[in-house]
Amino acid sequence: MKAFGFAPIKGRVIDYDKNDRLIYSYVSDREPSYALCIACGGCAATCSAANFTRFSLRKLNILVRRGENDEVRTEIDRCMLCGKCTLVCPRGVNTRNVVFLIREAFEKYDNYAV
Amino acid sequence: MQFNAFVIPFNIGLYFIILYVVARSVIWFRDLPRTDKLRLQRGFFGRPFVLSLKEIFMEGLIHRKIFLRNPLLGYMHMSLAFGWFLLILFGTFQADFLGDQHLNPPYKAIFYRYFNPSHAETGLAGFFSFLMDLILAVILSGLLIAIIKRFWSKIVGMKRTTKLKFLDRLSRTALWLIFPSRLLAESFTCGAYDSGSFLTGSLGSYFAGFLPVDILAMPFWWLYSLSLGTFFILLPRTRYMHIPAEMFLIFLRNSGIRIGDQHGACAEAQIHSCSSCGICLDVCQLGTSANITNIQAAYLVKGLKRDDDIFDLSLNCLMCGRCEQACPVGIELGPLRMIQRRAGETKKDMKSIWSGYMRVRNSDGNDILSENYKGEAYTYLNPQIVKDNTEVLYFAGCMTHLTPGISRSMLKIFEAAGVSYDFMDKDGSVCCGRPLTLAGKDREARELIKNNSDAIWRSGAKVLVTSCPICYKIFNESYHLGLEILHHTQYINRLIESDMLELNFLNRSVVYHDPCELGRNSGIYSEPREVLLHVARLQKSNHEKEDALCCGGSLANIKIDRRKVTDIASDVYGELTRTHPDYLATACPLCKKTFGKSQAVNGTKTLDIAELVAMAIEDHLPEEQVKSYMISATGVIA
Repeated sequence: MKAFGFAPIKGRVIDYDKNDRLIYSYVSDREPSYALCIACGGCAATCSAANFTRFSLRKLNILVRRGENDEVRTEIDRCMLCGKCTLVCPRGVNTRNVVFLIREAFEKYDNYAV
Repeated sequence: MQFNAFVIPFNIGLYFIILYVVARSVIWFRDLPRTDKLRLQRGFFGRPFVLSLKEIFMEGLIHRKIFLRNPLLGYMHMSLAFGWFLLILFGTFQADFLGDQHLNPPYKAIFYRYFNPSHAETGLAGFFSFLMDLILAVILSGLLIAIIKRFWSKIVGMKRTTKLKFLDRLSRTALWLIFPSRLLAESFTCGAYDSGSFLTGSLGSYFAGFLPVDILAMPFWWLYSLSLGTFFILLPRTRYMHIPAEMFLIFLRNSGIRIGDQHGACAEAQIHSCSSCGICLDVCQLGTSANITNIQAAYLVKGLKRDDDIFDLSLNCLMCGRCEQACPVGIELGPLRMIQRRAGETKKDMKSIWSGYMRVRNSDGNDILSENYKGEAYTYLNPQIVKDNTEVLYFAGCMTHLTPGISRSMLKIFEAAGVSYDFMDKDGSVCCGRPLTLAGKDREARELIKNNSDAIWRSGAKVLVTSCPICYKIFNESYHLGLEILHHTQYINRLIESDMLELNFLNRSVVYHDPCELGRNSGIYSEPREVLLHVARLQKSNHEKEDALCCGGSLANIKIDRRKVTDIASDVYGELTRTHPDYLATACPLCKKTFGKSQAVNGTKTLDIAELVAMAIEDHLPEEQVKSYMISATGVIA
C-alpha cells in the first residue's frame, strides 16, 4: 500500500496488540451494562463537568474500550459523580458506576496499567 | 445436696461470659475518644442513668419497639428475653430466701429444682413454684413461635429472615435446647419426688407413670447445663453478643455519644448490638421490589463482624434510611455504612477462631481511597460569577437542571413574591459535593464545597434556597456557611406565611411523596404539607413521613442496575397513586425524574411542589414579569 501513497499516519493507528484492555475488562466484568453503550454522547451533553472543561465521558469510554488509557487516567478524575449522565443514558448504562470503577481500576493497577 | 458434676459446664460458661463482658466493656471504654469518655462518665449519674435503665428495661427486655411494629413478633422476643430474666431473678430469690441456705452460688438458682427436689409446695414456696412454671410456659410458647418462624416466617408477619452462619446456628440450637431441657429435667425430678406445680408437677406425674423418671432426670440436667455453657461460650462470637452490647450502647446513646464518621469503639458497640432480628430486611425496598437480598443492614453488620470485604455491598444501598428508622435497637445504620464507603476495600487478615473473641478494629484503615487523591481533579473550576448584595441566592442543583420545570417555577415564585434574588447556577451548576460524599470521596467533595462556598459568600446573600434535597442536606451539614439554608418548600411556606404570595386554590387532589433526603434524612415533613394544603386537596397515602418509601433513584446507590431502579419506582408509584389523585407531588427533582417513566402507565402526573405553587400563582402575574422570568430561565425570548 505504501507504494501507492497510502502509508498509515502513526498517530491515528489503533494498535490492539499494544493497547492494554485491562481497565476495560475490569469495568465490564463488574458493570455488565457497560457493554450496552452505543457512544451516543448523551452523557457528555448533559455533563456538569463538561460545562467547564473539555471533559467528555463519551470520548473516555471509547478510549477505555480501545485500551488507550493514558488520557483517561488523569481526565477521569474530573468527573463530579453528580449522576446526570446515568439519568439521561438511553441504554440504561450505569455510567456513574463506570466512572467509579475506572478510577478504582487505575488505583488498583497503577503500577502496571499502560 | 450442694454440688453435682453436671453444673460444671454451666459454671465455666457463666464465669467466662462475665469476665468477657467486663473485659470487652473496658476495652471499648479505653478506645473511646477522650471527650466521649467524659460524656460516658457523666452519663452514669443523674438523669441519663435513669433514662438508660428505663431503656434497657423497655427495649432490652420488653422489646417495646418490636411490639409496636408487630405484636406477635414482639411477644416472641419479650417472652424469651423478659421471661428468661424473670426466671433468673425469681430463681435467685427462691434459692436465697426459700432454700435451705442463704447467699448461694448462681448455679443453685438455675438448677434450683435439682437441689431442692421435694420443696414444700405450700405458702410462698408453692406460689414461687407456680410462678416459675408459668414463666417457663411463657418462654416455651415464645420458643415455639421462634421455631415456627424459622421455617415459616410469614406467621409472624416477616417475609424474610436473616440467613445465618454456622456459629450462629450452633448457638441458636443451644439456646433452643435450654428451655425444653429445663422443662424435662424439672419434670422428671418432680415426678420422682412427687412435687412441682401445674407444668412440671403434672408432666412429672404423667411421666412417672410409665418412665423411670429418677434415672432419666440426670441426662436432662446435664443437657440443660451443657446447652447453657455452650451458649455462653459461643455468645461473643455470635449474634447473641447483642445482649450485653445493647446495654453498653444504651448507656453510650443516653450519654450523647454518636457514631461520628470514623470507625471506633462506638461503632464496634453498635455492630455488636445487632441481633440479626431481620426487621430491616422487610423494610428494604431493594429486597422487596428489586430482589437484591444480600446487602441489607443485617448483612452489612454481619460482614463487619466477620471482617469480610463489604465495600461493594456497602455501595449497593439507596441510603433511604428506612432500615435505620425500623431498627428496634436504634443502630445508626446510615453512618455505619458511610464509614465503610469511605474506608474502601477491606484488607483481609487471616484470623483464627479464637482471635475473633478479642477483635479490636482500629480506625487507621479509613480513607484508603481518598489517600491516593492528589487534589488536582477540579482545578478547572473557576470562581463562579454571582451578583453582589442579593437577598436570596437560589441554587437549583444538577438534578433540577434535568427537570427545568422546577427551576422555572422557582424563578416565577421569586418574581411573584418580589424578592431580590440571584440564580447562582443558571449556566449549569458546580455539583454540591453530596454525590461524591455518598461515594465515600470526602476529600474530592471538599474542593467542590470550597468552590461553591466562595461564590455563596461573595454574593452576600442572607438566605440560600435550593430545590434539591440532596444539595440541601450537604449545605446544611458540611458547608458551615453561617447563613440560612432553606429547601424551596420551606422558603415557599415562609413566603405564604408572611403573605408575600397570593395563591389560587387549584382544587386538585394531591398525594405527597416524602423524598428520603428531605424527610427521614433531614427531618422536614411539615412545611411541604403546609404548602400543599394552600394550593390543593392533600390526600393521605399509606406511607407518610418516617414510613415514606424511596423512589429508588437515589444517588447513594452506585451499583444498582437501572432496570431495578425502574422496578422500585413503578412499585412505589403504584402504591402512592392507588387512590388515583390528580397529581403526585414531591419536593425532589430526582424523585420527579425517577417517577417519570412510571407516570405514563398510570396517568397521574408527578409534579414538584414548586410547580404546583407556580400553577397556583399563574393569574396574579403581570405579562411582563412572566416574560422576564422566562428569559432569565431559558435565555430565549419567547
